Amino acid sequence: MTAKVEVKNLTKIFGRRIPRAQQLLSEGKSKAEILEETGATVGVSRANFSVQDGEIFVIMGLSGSGKSTLIRMINRLIEPTEGEIAIDGEDLMTLDKNGLREVRRKKMSMVFQNFALFPNRTILQNVGYGLEVQGVDQDTRDKKAHDSLELVGLHGYDDQYPQQLSGGMQQRVGLARALANDAEVLLMDEAFSALDPLNRKDMQDELLELQEKMHKTIIFISHDLNEALRIGDRIMIMKDGVIVQTGTPEDILTNPADDYVERFIEDVDRTKVLTVANVMIRPNTVNIDKDGPRIALRRMRDNDISSIYVVDNERRFVGFADADDVAALIQQGNRDLSSVVTKREVPITSPDTPVRDLMDQISSTPVPFAVLDDQKHLVGIIVRGAVLGAIAGNEVTE
Amino acid sequence: MPILMGQLPLADWINALVKWLTQFTGFFNAITNFIGAIVNAFQWVFDLIPQWLFIVLILALTFWATRRGKKWSLLTFELLGLLLIWNLGYWRDMTQTLTLVLTSSLIALVIGIPLGIWMAKSDIVELIMKPVLDLMQTMPAFVYLIPAVAFFGIGMVPGVLASVIFAMPPTVRMTNLGIRQVPADLIEAADSYGSTSWQKLIKVQLPLAKSTLMAGVNQSMMLSLSMVVIASMIGALGLGTQVYFAVGRNDAGSGFTAGIAIVILAIILDRITQALNKGQQHS
Repeated sequence: MTAKVEVKNLTKIFGRRIPRAQQLLSEGKSKAEILEETGATVGVSRANFSVQDGEIFVIMGLSGSGKSTLIRMINRLIEPTEGEIAIDGEDLMTLDKNGLREVRRKKMSMVFQNFALFPNRTILQNVGYGLEVQGVDQDTRDKKAHDSLELVGLHGYDDQYPQQLSGGMQQRVGLARALANDAEVLLMDEAFSALDPLNRKDMQDELLELQEKMHKTIIFISHDLNEALRIGDRIMIMKDGVIVQTGTPEDILTNPADDYVERFIEDVDRTKVLTVANVMIRPNTVNIDKDGPRIALRRMRDNDISSIYVVDNERRFVGFADADDVAALIQQGNRDLSSVVTKREVPITSPDTPVRDLMDQISSTPVPFAVLDDQKHLVGIIVRGAVLGAIAGNEVTE
Repeated sequence: MPILMGQLPLADWINALVKWLTQFTGFFNAITNFIGAIVNAFQWVFDLIPQWLFIVLILALTFWATRRGKKWSLLTFELLGLLLIWNLGYWRDMTQTLTLVLTSSLIALVIGIPLGIWMAKSDIVELIMKPVLDLMQTMPAFVYLIPAVAFFGIGMVPGVLASVIFAMPPTVRMTNLGIRQVPADLIEAADSYGSTSWQKLIKVQLPLAKSTLMAGVNQSMMLSLSMVVIASMIGALGLGTQVYFAVGRNDAGSGFTAGIAIVILAIILDRITQALNKGQQHS
């Protein structure tokens, strides 16, 4: 993966006395101090990040955190005070009007919070707008617009007007418009925030589904952490114009950078984001090819457990042995474990299953879940306590 | 008064300016000829159409303009009103007044809309234009007659130009307002997809400003109609002339009948332009 969008030292200061404010900013003064001294407002302060080709990069923050200003600087709807924005290595700040217009036409598309559909144009004309301003002929752009509407699941609305459609459908049109001109970078500004919860979830699913097919580079603004965790490959959290933390959803949840992020993630439904891999612990095992019943029994005794997982030489999962059965074997003088190993009753799952999917079973199953990877290797087990601990927010990295 | 050391010679300055301007006879003659040609063209068409056909055309236009939400009362009013004007013998005066109103509205539109666009695109232009428009509208309309005669002589043309100055401000203002009222996110959308300013204007701003703009055009038309009596004082022919003469003869009867004819014309013009505007909006 390569960096598709690279942002360096991007800064926006609103108001007067901007040079003075810039100087204060470089001296490390805070937003409040600069406002007090110069009356200028720092919208975004020296943002540095890069977005990889084909990833969904979510910029998160509360209102006033500068996230909307930041996304508008990426296509220069808001002119940055200083800094660099490179797309495919080309610095947008050095472009003149015509160059910038070309980039906006070919490389970037934007989806807006309140849809921003043109009320005087039909759905088809709205979706074809980007192509129309490029001078693409009507047949081609109608066809492309139609295809792109099909892609987002809107059939038969071509000749309607935006206000005849529901909010969710209008935003599908907004998305179709962004897809129609084949731009590689999508800027989505709180694209689903104006939708009701059910529609929002549908649109998130739809976006993920589309992304699997299209592999766009998506910069998505949100104030909803659940949304960010759901769709983001990486998340960047902003506060008062400053980037607080950048990382994968797991990074953010398990290692919040500061109190601000911690408070942010406090009320997240962790079961939605945590996968089995996050909560599994290392199992005690015996090797059926090497170890006999005595070793098995000792391990169980040492670890205060009543049963043990059995693997082969390559750590492939074989089954599970109960302490009573193993003790009986020893009394019979039998040195082969295989007769007491059973696969029955052992629930099996995979590392990338969401913890939420296990919630129902975990309370009723008598033995811990065995976590197997694609090659049937036993990579961990899930015990009830670890799941509850993870949901409560305790660290479970072993 | 003793505090006045000497009167400011403002009037003299304006006179000097007007006198200086009158030397550009060629320029003013060209304008006179151009506007005169428009006036003559309108009048020629109106004279060509027989009265009954004219009435049918007006009714047909109204019928088409009000196709959403038909108003039979308006059609009846138009029929009776135009028949009354015909009956009272004011037909030619009515077409002359219509010529004056249409010509000045047309010129107000052609000059006013670009000015309004310019004003919407630049805050500085707006800052300058606002007091100028206020001045144009609040200056007593009679005053425009004086330089108009100096530059363009007597007749329809100075009448048209005085009407244009008086009637243009609403078109300029409403064009400006309509464009500035286009929601910011639509402008952002137009920009983010790489529209040129011209594309943005033609495809987004003007279509969305259209109904506000049309309200301005309607107002301009009504204002220029209100100028017809004043314009008649410098020889612009029409219903205004009839009113003006009636005042001179102290003839209340023909004063009111000509006045009623103006009212009928005003209502017809107002309702048709309003209906045209409504018809263009999507539900």
